[in-house]
Amino acid sequence: MIRNIVIALLVVVVAGTAFWGYQEHKEKNAVLINAENTYQRAFHDLSYQVDLLHDKVGSTLAMNSRYSLSPALTDVWRITSEAQSDVGQLPITLLPFNKTEEFLAKIADFSYKTAVRDLDKEPLNDQEYSTLQSLYTQASDIQGELRKVQYLVLKNNLRWMDVEMALASGKENTDNTIIDGLKVVEKKVSGYGETNEMNPTFTSTQQRDENFKNLQGKTITKEEAIATAKSYIHSKSGNLKVNVEENGKGSDYGFYSVSILDKDSDTELNMDLTKKGGYPIWYINNRDVNKTNIDLNQAYTKAEAFLKEHDFSSLELFESAQYDNIALLNFVTSENGVKIYPDSVKVKIGLDDGSVVGFSADEYLKSHKTREIESPSISEKEARDKINLNVKIMESGKALIINDIGEEVLCYEFMGTIKEDTYRIFINADTGQEEKVEKLKNSEPVYENLI
Amino acid sequence: MKGISSKWKWLLLFSCLTICFGIYPETRTNAFSSQVIQKGAVGDDVIELQARLQNIGYYNGKIDGVYGWGTYWALRNFQQDFGLPIDGYAGTTTKQKLTNASNFNRAFVHEQINKGNEFTYYGGVDIEKQVKVKGNANAPKSGGANDKSGNAPSKTTTAANLPGGYSQNDIQLIANAVYGESRGEPYTGQVAVAAVILNRVESAAFPNTISGVIFEPGAFTAVADGQIWLTPNERAKEAVVDAINGWDPSGNAEYYFNPETATSKWIWSRPQIKKIGKHIFCK
Repeated sequence: MIRNIVIALLVVVVAGTAFWGYQEHKEKNAVLINAENTYQRAFHDLSYQVDLLHDKVGSTLAMNSRYSLSPALTDVWRITSEAQSDVGQLPITLLPFNKTEEFLAKIADFSYKTAVRDLDKEPLNDQEYSTLQSLYTQASDIQGELRKVQYLVLKNNLRWMDVEMALASGKENTDNTIIDGLKVVEKKVSGYGETNEMNPTFTSTQQRDENFKNLQGKTITKEEAIATAKSYIHSKSGNLKVNVEENGKGSDYGFYSVSILDKDSDTELNMDLTKKGGYPIWYINNRDVNKTNIDLNQAYTKAEAFLKEHDFSSLELFESAQYDNIALLNFVTSENGVKIYPDSVKVKIGLDDGSVVGFSADEYLKSHKTREIESPSISEKEARDKINLNVKIMESGKALIINDIGEEVLCYEFMGTIKEDTYRIFINADTGQEEKVEKLKNSEPVYENLI
Repeated sequence: MKGISSKWKWLLLFSCLTICFGIYPETRTNAFSSQVIQKGAVGDDVIELQARLQNIGYYNGKIDGVYGWGTYWALRNFQQDFGLPIDGYAGTTTKQKLTNASNFNRAFVHEQINKGNEFTYYGGVDIEKQVKVKGNANAPKSGGANDKSGNAPSKTTTAANLPGGYSQNDIQLIANAVYGESRGEPYTGQVAVAAVILNRVESAAFPNTISGVIFEPGAFTAVADGQIWLTPNERAKEAVVDAINGWDPSGNAEYYFNPETATSKWIWSRPQIKKIGKHIFCK
C-alpha cells in the first residue's frame, strides 16, 4: 500500500518536473527569439539608415538653394543620429566599431553646422563642398560593406545570439561572417541616409485620403462589375468560376472584389473595381511566368495596346524595367508636353506570351482630373540658372508634381548627371524654387557575385 | 542496322559536322538580336551594348547587363555624335552604326562576367590588362565555391533592376515576413500582406523603416515564433515587388488577422475592409 502511494507520488513529481522544465524551456526560447529579433531589427535598420544617408548626402551634392539644402542637411543629421542609436543596440561591445561611430559623428557635426547657417548669405564654400563629397564616397563604401554582411546574414540565417556567445566565450571558430564583415565595415568607415524619397509618381499620403473623389460616372451593380472584369481576361474557356464581393464597412470608398477562376488553365484573376463608375483599381493574374520569349520593347507595345483598348488615353511611358520574366511599365499622363507625374498607371507584362498579368491604376484614379495647366511665369533659361553648376544637364521638360507639402505644382524638370550619378531636379515654374532633387537609383549589383 | 555500312555512317557523321560548322560562324558574326533595346532591359544584348559603348569611350560604368541611367546617357551621347535621333532606344539603325564603329569580343566579355572578374573594355588598350581577377586573398571556402559553379551554368547579368528606393536586401526581408505570415495564402493575399507592411512604413502610427515595422514587438506572429526565418520562395519575392510597385489588394489596410487563430479580441474592433483567403484586412 505504502509502496503504491510512494510510486504514485514519485510519478506526480516526475511529471510535474517535466512539465515545469518544458514550460521553462518554452519561456527561454521565447525570450531568446525576442532578443534575437531586437538585434535583427537594429542591424537591418542600421543598414537601411546607412543607405538612406548615402542617398541624402548624394542629393545635397546636387542642390543649390537654401530652401532645399537646409532641410536636406537637417534630414542627414536626423538619420545619422538614428544610425548611431542602431549601432548602440547591437551586441558588439566586444568588437572595435568606434571608427564607424566616429564617422557618423563627423557627418552629424557637419550637417548640423551647415543646416543651421543661413546658406543664402553664406553658401557652402569649395572646401565644404569637397568635404561633403568625401563623406558621400565614404558613405557609399560603408553602405556596400554593410549590404554584403546583410546579404550573408539573410542568406545563411545567421543569429546575433550566436555572435554574442562567440564573442563572449572568445571562441571565434564558428561562423564569423558577421564579425568579419563588421570588421571590414569598420576598416572602410563610412555613413548613411534616409530614403523615403520616392519617385514622383507616388501620390502622397495626403492625396491617398481623397479616395477616388474625382471619379465620374454612376454607381455600378455586381453584374456590371463582373462584366468589366471579364472584358479584361479575354478567356475563351467556358469553365469559369466567378465570385464577387462588396467591400467591408471599414473601407473609405466603395469597391467590388471580383475573382474569376479559369478551371481549364487553373489561373485566377483578381480585380477590385470602384463602385462609382466601375473603374478597375488593380488586377492580378496569378499565373506563373517561367520563360522569356519577347523583349522589353515588345512588352511596351503590348502594354500600350492594352491601355488603348481600355480607354486610358494620352499616357506616355515614364519608366520600364525587366524583373526576371516580367516587364513592368509605368505610364504617366502627358498633356501639351507636360508630364503629370501623379497620374500613373502600371502594367505588368508576362514575357512568355506578352499577355498582361497585372495592372494598377490606383494612383491614376486618385489623382486624375481635368486640370487647367497655366503657362509658367519664368523661362526655362531662368530655371536652368537656379541649378547647381556641378550638375551637367542632359534633358529638360515640364512636369506637374506633388511637392513636399502636398500641393500640385508646375515645374521645369531637368535630368542631369554628376560623375556617374543621375539626378532629377524640379524647379518651380512660377517661383523658381527648387522643389525636389532626387538621386536616381542605379541598378544594384547582385551581392552573391561580389562575395 | 547491319544494312548501313560503316562507310555510310562516316559519311553521315561528316556531313552533319560540315553543316554544323557551316552554320556556326554565321550565327557568331550576327551582332545583337533583333530587339529594340530600351532602358530597363536586361540580358546579353545589354552586355553587348555596354561593352561596345565602352569600347569607343562613351560608357564608363560597369558592364553588368542592366540598362540603367549610365547606359542611357552613353547611348544618347553616341546617338547625338552619330547624327541619329536622340531617344535612348537602340533600334536597327543605332545598333548597325554602333556595330560598325566598335569592336566586341563576346567570348572575352562573357568569360569575365562568368568568372565574376572586375573588368573594363576600352578600345586601344590591351584587354587582358583591363581585368582585375577576383581577389584570391579571401578565397571562398572550397565547398561553397564548388556548389556555386555547379549550380550556375551561365550567369548573364551581374546586377538587377529594383523598384524605387528599395534594395535587394529590403525586398528579401519583406519576403521573409510575407512568407512566414502567409505562405499558404493565395498570391493576391501575399501581395496584400506585403502592402500592409508598406502601408505601415508610410503611416505615422508605425515605425518609419521596414525593419522597424517588421520587428516591432508583437506586430507579426511569424516574427514572434521565429517562422520569419524560413527561406521564402520566389513567389513571395514577386509579391513584394508587386506591392512596392503600387499594387495594394488590401485596400490601404494597416492590419490583418486570421479569424481562426487570432487570440486578441481587440483586433475584431478594427473596421474591416475585405477578406482575402483566410485573412481579414482592416484599417
